[in-house]
Amino acid sequence: MADRIRLQVARYRPEQESEATYDEFDVPCPKDWVILDGLNHIKDQLDGTLAYRWSCRMGICGSCGMTVNGEPKLTCATFLHEYAPGPIRVEPLRNFPVIRDLIVDIGDFMRKLVTVKPWIVRDEERPLSAGEFRQTPDEMDEYKQYSMCINCMLCYSACPIYGLDPKFVGPAAIALAQRYNLDNRDQGASARMDVLSEHEGIWGCTFVGECTKVCPKHVDPAGSIQRYKLTAALESMKSFFLPRGA
Amino acid sequence: MQAMHHGDLYTAYHPRWLRQPKNTYWWLEKPSYFAFILRELTCLPVAWFAVYLLLLTQAVIDSPAAYAQFMAWSASPWMILVNVVSFALLVFHAITFFVAAPQALIVHLGRTRVPGSLILIGHYAAWAAASVVVIWLLGRA
Repeated sequence: MADRIRLQVARYRPEQESEATYDEFDVPCPKDWVILDGLNHIKDQLDGTLAYRWSCRMGICGSCGMTVNGEPKLTCATFLHEYAPGPIRVEPLRNFPVIRDLIVDIGDFMRKLVTVKPWIVRDEERPLSAGEFRQTPDEMDEYKQYSMCINCMLCYSACPIYGLDPKFVGPAAIALAQRYNLDNRDQGASARMDVLSEHEGIWGCTFVGECTKVCPKHVDPAGSIQRYKLTAALESMKSFFLPRGA
Repeated sequence: MQAMHHGDLYTAYHPRWLRQPKNTYWWLEKPSYFAFILRELTCLPVAWFAVYLLLLTQAVIDSPAAYAQFMAWSASPWMILVNVVSFALLVFHAITFFVAAPQALIVHLGRTRVPGSLILIGHYAAWAAASVVVIWLLGRA
């Protein structure tokens, strides 16, 4: 195995450039180094001006998502040696505006996330003295997969629909809405329906399926959206045939 | 990549973001994107066969002469070519639809979730059953 590998890193310095350029760096390539280690090596040893986000280094915080050789990846979970002999092209996540180098603006996602109320909604809050909400393992299994989302936004980067129509609520936000809709402690499904059943909600999705393929936590956002389409269609038929409720 | 125009969403806190506009040919960037576009386009052969069936029904209702004319039209080389290509695309559409079905269809039997593989097999079984019925009907004719 080569002891070094070349990284082609996208740079964008708004005070100097109006377009992205690429800088090349040769970094060590031991078997246990991930792309993020390579970037940290560049930052510490070669070019301290390189800007990128990272935090936990263990696939939990969702900060270090970037485009690696054209594919959205968590750089803390993608090994350098898998791309030997290189070079490896590291770019910011697609479909988001770039602020600097590898840093994208995530404001659009954060604003959309709030609209689907990703928390447990109750019609009436119970007093603490009423105790905890009980839940069986089967009930938890209903939503657990969707609760694994770490908001890394790789799914938004992979989704061509979001790239073409930035109004689309997007995979992670819808999967997180389903995480709460399927939780038997939650009573907010009808409140979320207003946002999700819009054209820019679930119906914006054409089931390309890339979001599920790139998800590092196996959340399956594409499945959650198709599943919700069925729910929304049934609800719509119910309200048509039973307008006064049943 | 191009820098966005000054004025678009420009504020003191968002200085000169770099936008990455979607390439018109984005669907050629990855095989999976291309497969998706192909799957979407193969709804056209589905529509074509619906129209073809309606034309056949109309010919049968009209007269034996109209039916004979329809059959002669269908036997022309270009019509056979259109139908063979459409059928191949229709099969592609059906298979990709079946592959996608288990992701969208979550079925519970009692407290047990039916595995996706069984849902896929169920679709193929329904396809086979429908084909057997059609072949049986053709055999009776």
